[in-house]
Amino acid sequence: MNWQPIIHAFRNEVPALEFWSLRLVTDEYETLSVREGVVEPPRHALSRGAHITFIDRGGLAYAATSELTREGLRRACDQALQWLETSRAHSLFDVEQIPRPQHSGNYQSQVKTPWETWGVADKLTLLQDINQQLKISDSIVAWQAHLNRRHSEVLLLTSDGIEITQTFDHILPGYAAVANAGIQTQMRTGGGWGSARQGGLEQLAAWSFPESASRVAEEAIALLAAPECPTGKASLLLSPSQMMLQIHESIGHPLELDRILGDERNYAGTSFVTPDMFGKYRYGSDLLNITFDPNHPGEMASYGFDDEGSKADRTWLIRDGILLRPLGGAVSQARAGMEGVATARACDWNRPAIDRMANLNLEPGDSSFNELVASIEYGVLMDTNRSWSIDDSRNKFQFGCELGRLIQDGELKSLVRNPNYRGISASFWRNLAGVGDTSTFEIWGTPYCGKGEPNQMIPVGHASPAAVFHDVEVFGGD
Amino acid sequence: MRPPPQYSTMWKSSGVIDMDGYFRELADKVFTLLRGDEVLLLNFDGENSDFVRFNRNAIRQAGHVCQQQLHIVLINTKKQATAAIDLCGNLEVDLNQTKIVVGKLREQLPLLPNDPYIHYATERHDTITSRDNTLPGTTEAVSEIIATAHGLDLVGIWASGDTTHGFANSLGQFNWYRNYSFNFDWSLYQHDDKAVKQSYAGFAWQRNILEQKFAYARETLTVLARPARTIQPGRYRVYLTPTALGEVIDLLSWGGFGLKSHRTAQTPLLRMIEVGTTLNPEVNITEHHATGLTPPFTGTGFIKPDRVELIKDGAYQDCLADTRSAMEYTAPVNCDVEMPQSLEIAGGELHLDDILGTLDTGIFISNLWYCNYSDRSHCRITGMTRFASLWVENGQVVAPLNVMRFDETIYNILGNNLLAMTTVSEHTLDASTYERRSEASTRLPGVLVDDFNFTI
Repeated sequence: MNWQPIIHAFRNEVPALEFWSLRLVTDEYETLSVREGVVEPPRHALSRGAHITFIDRGGLAYAATSELTREGLRRACDQALQWLETSRAHSLFDVEQIPRPQHSGNYQSQVKTPWETWGVADKLTLLQDINQQLKISDSIVAWQAHLNRRHSEVLLLTSDGIEITQTFDHILPGYAAVANAGIQTQMRTGGGWGSARQGGLEQLAAWSFPESASRVAEEAIALLAAPECPTGKASLLLSPSQMMLQIHESIGHPLELDRILGDERNYAGTSFVTPDMFGKYRYGSDLLNITFDPNHPGEMASYGFDDEGSKADRTWLIRDGILLRPLGGAVSQARAGMEGVATARACDWNRPAIDRMANLNLEPGDSSFNELVASIEYGVLMDTNRSWSIDDSRNKFQFGCELGRLIQDGELKSLVRNPNYRGISASFWRNLAGVGDTSTFEIWGTPYCGKGEPNQMIPVGHASPAAVFHDVEVFGGD
Repeated sequence: MRPPPQYSTMWKSSGVIDMDGYFRELADKVFTLLRGDEVLLLNFDGENSDFVRFNRNAIRQAGHVCQQQLHIVLINTKKQATAAIDLCGNLEVDLNQTKIVVGKLREQLPLLPNDPYIHYATERHDTITSRDNTLPGTTEAVSEIIATAHGLDLVGIWASGDTTHGFANSLGQFNWYRNYSFNFDWSLYQHDDKAVKQSYAGFAWQRNILEQKFAYARETLTVLARPARTIQPGRYRVYLTPTALGEVIDLLSWGGFGLKSHRTAQTPLLRMIEVGTTLNPEVNITEHHATGLTPPFTGTGFIKPDRVELIKDGAYQDCLADTRSAMEYTAPVNCDVEMPQSLEIAGGELHLDDILGTLDTGIFISNLWYCNYSDRSHCRITGMTRFASLWVENGQVVAPLNVMRFDETIYNILGNNLLAMTTVSEHTLDASTYERRSEASTRLPGVLVDDFNFTI
């Protein structure tokens, strides 16, 4: 994208201020989908806009516009100036303490097989083939496969001469089969459904796309006849496709510094974590090691800089079970007087940066999958999240999965359907009893983490091994 | 230095002039690009919004967002492809960009198989809806809010401005919809997670309404200052406010009423279809397009009916059918998306003054939060209480309640265990702002429910 005409126009319009930044974003999203054997209309969406931030004499304000003409940018500057005045009179914090970006640089997703390598017809043929693999029985009442791609370019300029360019490529594949028998419906997903990775088409192999399609359909049918997940206390073996959600909801969100500072209390909620806990609070067992890792190849939220312009580096947030740092960008760090990490992010040009998760990972342990299973006398393996609910302090949770499998006397047994479990974050992680090694480690995440006012949906990555928890309340459906 | 733009080729984003004229002019020029039997559907979505985020009765973030998007559907010989672009407001630039996109779609069509579910309006129905701008100045409203909340721990969001939607097709139809609204959604915190959650939304600002709401909140905050009560898991008699019921209905709306989810057995109301399970016969649920805030036309040019009866006398009635489902299952188009945008539940006989007395001993649930399914096939829902949920004894509020998780089926909440519904259904404008400001709304009563199941 050639931003120079827009930058030139902006520089001609921006007033003299203590500080300004200009974030220019172009975002392309291509969608290909085949549903029940019918190709849905392909879609190509292109979004392009500017986000302007002004700081001056105690005020902080923004304006965002898709009008990338000189007149449009002038109006945006006028709007930001107006809000700067109002902000100055009622500011929550001393904006003078906000550190300014110090490093220029760039970042680019690693792509081995570009999206364009396969033509549209080739991709649709693949999705049609997957549809055929999914429709294996009359019990399959709905089935679909999709292959989507996102390409984003972000340029951040500041009045101090900092220039940061970042280019992101994401691949978003997946398929699902829905089986039904009377009043029982079961859906099973695979091929990366509900997640995404940075990179190109080479990332499909990591999700066994399309090889797992038949298995997905077979499991959906098998779940119809499976018994309900038993009710009671049991050990829980979570696959990485569920660990992703567990990490996200009961570690990621509670550690967001803007929650701790109260910004989210009207919407996403607050946190049971308080500032005095950092450095000493036992969040989990000794096996719990959580990193913010913006450099993990292929993981969804890898980047070089956050949207406030802070350089991002791998950092331990929880080590040997002890809470060390929150997820908070430069503004929140200045407000709280705490060290954080570069996680101030905006979902698009039309929203300001706020504290978000990015790549938040559980570091591998030293147990093979078989050793994890063997360690369980009575328990349930749960795979692939399908339901999530947690209180506004991120403590009392209930999560459900697509598929369960009983574990008895150290051996995997039969399928169980509608597996759910509930617990309390503050005690759940202390019951972490086993962490899988690198052979069980998988990269997941979600493109749909919602938060903020105005609302923002943003991609976050969660890589994790399989893990075992003891003494968990599990239950089934009906 | 470039010369200033010509008036006719620009819109004025922060004003009120002629955005429909801009869209109409752009559309007319784009339609001249079509070849042979090609049909083009164009949709315009725009907003100019002020967003002010509050924390501790001060401004956390304040700004303005101007965004305009054009959605393009090119159809030819049973094939279609779609695209969307952001518009910059210069007709020459936007037309050129649209030309490029249409060209790419044209190249793509031969690569696609026939689409059996192509469906768009072929009978012309033009509509123009443009409401007057009676909004307050945002800076003045913000100052009034901060002054009124003096001494209170206020956190929330102000959103206001215009939203616009346009439809034009190459068959000559033109539809336009413009609305101006504000939505102030906030919480007043007593301590920790104890707070009063309120909202004030509409079209014309009245400071006295804000003051009344804050006066009510100040009274409730004194209750929240009392020592909180923790209840044991079990079944309790509860009153769900319209806001709390709205959280349950929001979840139910994801797949509960769509024709596609109905025909593929994915609806959470599966039991109502498969075995005839019913809700309480007093329950009537309607998608009431005519009283909602969404445009009266769909993205394919169909005009929505005034209302669609979803649940009638407790039994499953009609589904919401979008363009594709309507073609697939031979049904009339009656919505833009298969998810209610203007849902209404008729009120009952419980007068507002009698709520606490009728509840007697139990829980007044002001808000629920983060609902999801424990068992979708049986519409069993879990979620949390939040904000100012209160323990009530003998019709008197005794103490705030520490948050509890519920796990309950809709067949109990609005069925077997439904004791009463309030006479008044409360109109709530959705405060969501994902991608753009929501125009969804609900009209819901409060409900009195027996044996409501709490788990943790």
